[in-house]
Amino acid sequence: MSEQILTPPSSYWKFFKSELKPRASLWTVFNIISVPTVLLAAVIIVIRFIYGLGAVSNVTQSVPWGLWKGFNVVTGVAFAGGAYVLTFMVYILGQEKYKPLIRVTVLNGFLAYTFYAFALVLDLGKPWNIINPIIGNSFGTSSILFLVAWHFMLYIVAQMVEFSPTVAEWLGSERARRNLKRLTIGAVVFGITLSTLHQSGLGALFLMAKGKIHPLWYSEFIPTLFFISSVFAGLSVVIFQGSILQRVFSYQMDEHSDERHNVMIRGLSRVCALSMFAYFFLKIIDMVHNHTLSLLTTSMGVWYLVELIGFVLIPMLLFAYGVRIGTPKIIKLASIMTIIGIVLNRMNISVIAYRWDEIPRYIPTWMEFVVTISILFVQFWIFRWVLHRMPVLRTMESMTQTANSKG
Amino acid sequence: MSIDRREFLKTLGVAGAGLTGVSALGKSKPEPDAEEFYAILHDITLCEGCQECEFACATEYGLPTPSDDDYPDSSVKRELLPERYTVINAVETSVGEVYTKQQCMHCAQPACASACLTQAMKKQESGPVTWDAGKCMGCRYCMISCPFDIPKFEYDSNNPKIGKCQMCFDKLKEGEAPACVEACPAEALIFGKRSDLLRIAHKRILDNPGTYTDHVYGEFEAGGTSWLNLSPVPFKELGFNTNVETKPYPELTKGFLYSVPSVFILWPALLMGLREATRTDSEEGADHE
Repeated sequence: MSEQILTPPSSYWKFFKSELKPRASLWTVFNIISVPTVLLAAVIIVIRFIYGLGAVSNVTQSVPWGLWKGFNVVTGVAFAGGAYVLTFMVYILGQEKYKPLIRVTVLNGFLAYTFYAFALVLDLGKPWNIINPIIGNSFGTSSILFLVAWHFMLYIVAQMVEFSPTVAEWLGSERARRNLKRLTIGAVVFGITLSTLHQSGLGALFLMAKGKIHPLWYSEFIPTLFFISSVFAGLSVVIFQGSILQRVFSYQMDEHSDERHNVMIRGLSRVCALSMFAYFFLKIIDMVHNHTLSLLTTSMGVWYLVELIGFVLIPMLLFAYGVRIGTPKIIKLASIMTIIGIVLNRMNISVIAYRWDEIPRYIPTWMEFVVTISILFVQFWIFRWVLHRMPVLRTMESMTQTANSKG
Repeated sequence: MSIDRREFLKTLGVAGAGLTGVSALGKSKPEPDAEEFYAILHDITLCEGCQECEFACATEYGLPTPSDDDYPDSSVKRELLPERYTVINAVETSVGEVYTKQQCMHCAQPACASACLTQAMKKQESGPVTWDAGKCMGCRYCMISCPFDIPKFEYDSNNPKIGKCQMCFDKLKEGEAPACVEACPAEALIFGKRSDLLRIAHKRILDNPGTYTDHVYGEFEAGGTSWLNLSPVPFKELGFNTNVETKPYPELTKGFLYSVPSVFILWPALLMGLREATRTDSEEGADHE
């Protein structure tokens, strides 16, 4: 395996052409669903750019941010949080046992960020002016969104650098790999710093919406809450995704990978349980501090409890229990519940509890849903394409072997 | 157009500052004195609901003029639209039918302008908060931030505008009063320096106890606005947003913006320190990938 990695292909052109060919049957259930959906989304996007946002979306004058921003951007970015947490654990704390998860998580983060930037463009009224905050004649430096945009952009670059050694290996260039590897620690430190700021920055976006967001969800702690929840949101995705990859890409794994995987997810569950506890605690403090406890008996209050107890407290206990008895099944269940909880939380803040008093309510059109899902589908296509070809999953075995054989 | 080196370096500097949030910290220029803004006082007790201000505004900006059906009627609440910058509504109150006028409040420290990442929304020194089509990305963060829900977005256009009252910025530059003020036959609208208008407003309240409720809406709302209102009844009765903060909205984000430079300096130092501290003996000296 290691030899195959280190041999440069004789002709790059031939190599790329062969790599573009599909590796498996195209007639899978996923493709049969995803291909028509994405095609339909393409048509919707064309309509959107000809007739304006209103032609495909239900966003209103009082709820100007709908599903595209609330789900693809605000929620999706939290799910991409696994990359900075894992790079922190491996490169900063030296927890080598999580190293096998790094490449796939960074790849996932990189794709997520790139696609959510794309989703943002769809939602902009004047996307051709997107260059303005970058070129300097119109820097809105007092804007949280300005900070988020810059940090977002730079983090995409940092993740590109973090992932680049894998691409060099795929292309068989050992020298490039070694040189790019040297940039890793810098990119990691820069990336973690940027993540801290833009994960919390996404929450800070809503600080000025005081009075528009239901008092149970509005808090001056929003930036901190967004940051902490991005830790367990990101790790839950790593756990959930890992268990699927373990099955789908089993041909790339060795016989010990299952065992190793279980050790890893138990460690990650600990981090999840503890960060969820911190989050839960902060939420309670916030409720007491803001005197919003009495609102819990209203209908919005019940909905709030569904989110907080059903999808934070219970999965937190499940994570802790799963670590104790060492059952991956319970941990997987906890990660799925956490993922649902994050979707609920982000959608609540940006859409559902935002102008909760407004009548009529904003309800997304079917077209908004199609585009939202299609963005995930296309992201998944590329993810799958890369996993089949580049040494993302299989690397850890071959890499450790290479390193060992080199002494 | 060429950019000389100095301009370029200045731009880079601003970029760096923006990145770390320093500019928000080190703003040495004091906030422009809110008292010296131009402002408009709307004495609601004098308003007759004739809509002349609405017509004048529509003419000034080339917007559709109100039709006969749009006549103020207390059973209908007409909203601001991307192509309707101001609106007169009739409200049934304890003292009978009262006419309210809604438009941008032109805050002293506007949430929309501080939210705008391209400076398309801008508080002009003379008072108006203006919108620049050439800079706007259409992200609608101004709409999320505005406590008065003023900026409106053209959802049915492929080159959308943000529609809102500009306080006739162009006319102000010529030394003229805004179109709505000029058009008002009842003298319910007065244009002038904000401090003068506040004096007039408070004097009217003092001289006519019973006529006015003792509150100038806009004096403290959102940290003070360039639009002031006097009313015969409490503003809540008229449907004004009485839940707005009394401090400027950009203050809500200040804590976060202040923390950005510290994170940018502290985090990398802390992370590198942690990395060194947690290295095991066997790793030291070895090529640590």
